[in-house]
Amino acid sequence: MRRFVLRRVGYAVVSLFLLSVTIFLFVRVTGDPTVLLVEPGASQADLDALRHDLGLDRSLVVQYGTFVKGLVRGDFGKSFYYRTPVLELYLSRLPNSLLLAIAAMGFSLLIGIPSGIMAAVRVGGWWDSAGKLFALLGLSMPSFWVGLLLILFFSVYLGWLPSSGSGTVLHVLMPAFALGWYFAAAHMRLTRSSMLEVLGSEYVKLARLKGLPEIRVIAKHAFKNALIPVLTLAGINLVLMVNVAVVVETVFAWPGIGRLLYEGIAFRDFPVVQATVLLAGSMIVIVNLVVDLLYAVIDPRIRYER
Amino acid sequence: MSVSPAPSPSPVASAPIAWRMPRIRLEGLPLFPIGILLVLVFAAVFADLIAPYNPEIGSLSQRFRPPVWSVGGSGEHLLGTDHIGRDVLSRLIFGARVSMVVGFMAVVFAGVVGTGLGILSGYLGGWVDQVIMRVTDTWLALPALTFAIFLAAIVGPSEFNIVIILGGVYWTRYARVVRGEVLSLKERDFVRLAIVAGCSKWKIMRQHLLPNVLNTAIVLATLMLGVVIVSEAALSFLGVGVPPPKPAWGLMLADGKKGLMAGYWWLTVFPGVCIVMMVLAANLLGDWLRVKLDPQLRQL
Repeated sequence: MRRFVLRRVGYAVVSLFLLSVTIFLFVRVTGDPTVLLVEPGASQADLDALRHDLGLDRSLVVQYGTFVKGLVRGDFGKSFYYRTPVLELYLSRLPNSLLLAIAAMGFSLLIGIPSGIMAAVRVGGWWDSAGKLFALLGLSMPSFWVGLLLILFFSVYLGWLPSSGSGTVLHVLMPAFALGWYFAAAHMRLTRSSMLEVLGSEYVKLARLKGLPEIRVIAKHAFKNALIPVLTLAGINLVLMVNVAVVVETVFAWPGIGRLLYEGIAFRDFPVVQATVLLAGSMIVIVNLVVDLLYAVIDPRIRYER
Repeated sequence: MSVSPAPSPSPVASAPIAWRMPRIRLEGLPLFPIGILLVLVFAAVFADLIAPYNPEIGSLSQRFRPPVWSVGGSGEHLLGTDHIGRDVLSRLIFGARVSMVVGFMAVVFAGVVGTGLGILSGYLGGWVDQVIMRVTDTWLALPALTFAIFLAAIVGPSEFNIVIILGGVYWTRYARVVRGEVLSLKERDFVRLAIVAGCSKWKIMRQHLLPNVLNTAIVLATLMLGVVIVSEAALSFLGVGVPPPKPAWGLMLADGKKGLMAGYWWLTVFPGVCIVMMVLAANLLGDWLRVKLDPQLRQL
C-alpha cells in the first residue's frame, strides 16, 4: 500500500510539475511576456522595469524557480483590471462557481440516474431508445447553445426567468441546466451500464429467486451497488464543472471562475488567465489522485497491480 | 520463441507500404449522418457559387430582417439578416467551410501527433514511454477547453492558430489508445518475426504497427471531429477563435447574442442547428465506424 501511495503521489507531483512548466514556457516562448504582463499602453520605461522585476534577463531555470516559489506561497500576481491579488479574486468567485456546479450536478443526476435506470431495466425498449437519443443529443448540443435557447424561451418569450446575473434561486436555474445538460448524458450512460452489470450478478438473481418483488430488487439490491461508480464520476465531474463552465458563465454573466477567465481574456488581464488555468489543472490532478487513492483503499487488487 | 508452422508471407509485408483500406460494405450505411456531412461538404466546397450574398459585407439598411416565413421577412434574405445586415444563409454556408477546414485539419493534426507518439511510446517502451505518457497524462488532466482558451489567448485569434491549438490539446486521446494497441500488437508473432528478419525499429513501426492501428485512429478521429467542432465554436464564441468578420458558426452565435433579448431568434437558432447537425453526424458516423471497423473498441 505504501509503495502504491508513494508512486501515485509521485505521478501527481510530476503532473503538477509538467503543468507548471507547460504554462510557464507557453507564456515565454510565444512572445515577450512583459507585453502580456504589462498593462496596454505602458511606456518603455515601465516595460524595462517589469522585465527587470520578472528577472527576464536571467536564465530560464532561475526564472522558473522564482515562478514556482511564488505559486507555493500562493502568490499568483496582481490583476491589472481589479488591482487586487489574483488569488483573492479567485477565492471570491469560487463560491459562485461551486453553487453553480452543485446545482448543475443536481440537475444532471436528477435526469441522468432515473433515465439510466429505466433504460437498464427495459433494455431495448422504448425507454432505452429514448435514453440513447438523449445521450446523443447531450453530446452533440453545445452547452452554450442550450443556454442561449433557454434564454430565448424562458426570458424573452415567457419572461419567467432572468437572463443573466446572480442573486436569487431563479438566476441559478438556467445556467445550472445548461451546464448539467452535457453531464446528464454521461451520468445516464454510466448508470445504465452499471445497472446492467449489477442486474446480471448472482446476488440479484438470488434476490429474484427468493421471490422479492421486482421493484425491491431494483431499488434495494441493484440500485445501491450500481450507484458507486456513478457517484465517483459525479465527484470528479463536480470539480470539472467548476473549471469548464467558462462558456456557460459567459452566456449568463454568472460571476464565477469561468467568467473571471473570460474577463481576463477580454481585458488582457494576463495574471488572471494564467492563475485560473493553473488552478484548474492542479485541482483536476489532485482530484484524480484522491480518487485513485480511495479506490486503492476500497479495492486491494488495485494496490498490488504494477 | 518457437514458431513451428512457417507463416505464409503476409501481403502486408510484401506491399511497399501496407495501407490496408478498411473494407466497408455499402449496405447498412448510416444514411442520415452521411447525408448531413455530404450536404455540409457540398456547401463548404461550393460556397462561392451557392451563397446568394457576400458573407462579410452587409447593408445597414437591411439590419435584423427576419426569415422569409416570418412577418416582415422577404425572399431576398431567406434566413434573415444579422445586426449589420449580412445575409444569414450566406454566412451559414461559408461557415460550413470554416468549420470543415478547422475541424478536419485539427483532427488530422492531432491524429498524426497522437498516433506517432502512441506508437513510439508503446513500441520503444522504457524512458521514452515514461516521458511521453507522463506528458500525455498531464495534458489529459487539463480541462481541454480551458487549456485551449488559455493558448488562444496567448497566441491570438486566427484559423491557423485554432488548428494548431486544438490539435495540440486533443492529441492525447489518440496517444493513449494507440499506445495500448501497440503494447498488445508488439507481442504478436508478425512483429517478432519482423524483428528476427532484421527489420529496423523504424521500419517495424512504420510498416507493421502503423497500418494495424490505423483503423483505431480513424474511428477516434471521427469521434473527435464533433468535439473539435464544438470547441472551435466555443473559442469563436468567446472571441479567441476565428477572428471576425469571418463567418464561423460560433462567431455568429456570439453576434446573435446581441440581438437575443430583442427576440431576433434566427441569429441564435440557425447557427446552433448547423453546429448540432454537424456534430451529430460526426458522432453517429463515429459510432457506426467503431462497431464496423474495430470490434475491440465496442465496449468503449
